[in-house]
Amino acid sequence: MVEWTDSERAVITSIFSNLDYEEIGRKSLCRCLIVYPWTQRYFGGFGNLYNAETILCNPLIAAHGTKILHGLDRALKNMDDIKNTYAELSLLHSDKLHVDPDNFRLLADCLTVVIAAKMGPAFTVETQVAWQKFLSVVVSALGRQYH
Amino acid sequence: MNDDCNDGDDDADDDDDDDDDDDDDNCSLESNYLNVNMSLSSKQKATVKDFFSKMSTRSDDIGAEALSRLVAVYPQTKSYFSHWKDASPGSAPVRKHGITIMGGVYDAVGKIDDLKGGLLSLSELHAFMLRVDPVNFKLLAHCMLVCMSMIFPEEFTPQVHVAVDKFLAQLALALAEKYR
Repeated sequence: MVEWTDSERAVITSIFSNLDYEEIGRKSLCRCLIVYPWTQRYFGGFGNLYNAETILCNPLIAAHGTKILHGLDRALKNMDDIKNTYAELSLLHSDKLHVDPDNFRLLADCLTVVIAAKMGPAFTVETQVAWQKFLSVVVSALGRQYH
Repeated sequence: MNDDCNDGDDDADDDDDDDDDDDDDNCSLESNYLNVNMSLSSKQKATVKDFFSKMSTRSDDIGAEALSRLVAVYPQTKSYFSHWKDASPGSAPVRKHGITIMGGVYDAVGKIDDLKGGLLSLSELHAFMLRVDPVNFKLLAHCMLVCMSMIFPEEFTPQVHVAVDKFLAQLALALAEKYR
């Protein structure tokens, strides 16, 4: 079980309570598809991904980014048992979606960059440490049921 | 519609790069599985030079912050700094060394057309003396990207991000060139 200090919990809770899910979700997924274009392999049915501009204007991608970000709410509500919280979602990504789990890390890194841009100096060293710890637990949980 | 849709305005000549990228396909056939050679297009090189020029007034801060965040977020990296009295994030030796590293990155921007040739002696230093595990170059690159994003949120667009990320990856490859 992952141990969280009070200060780490406060940081994570604070980030989520101030989060604009539409904006941050859209920007993170778009950035991932642009910076790591091979991730586009999972989005064949999402319309035009021809270049950065079309990706940034794609409403299906925007909606999916929001959906992914809301998926993190579950981890926020169950910080003491993220592993089991995501067991079913992990199986889904493995057995139905066939997503290489390394992609979770790539998206997590893009999310961190987008949040850093949004928060600016408020994204202190301590904040980044707690935030990346949270994301690495989520990433690990999502990859755990692959077989 | 979101504001980012207008970001594409300076991508008007993006399509021109598709020809550049075709030439790179032959290079990628030679590369080994673990070190995929994703070369920069000429437009991406220009993007990197332009962004680093914009960044130059804050380059010391970014270097110092990036190394501080490296040792904080990835504590195992402190293993390379056991000779310092204080290797904690924000400490004087960490900040100073972050600035030194950033200076090296700027130097590499000037050698962007031949990183392997230009960074030969730096590669020998890392291979034979410092022996930093190359996985750490990726971790530091990530911390640099986070700092660039924090300090230049408007300028660090996804297009700039991918160009800079590719550049830092190429830089890391050049540094690891002499490792074995």
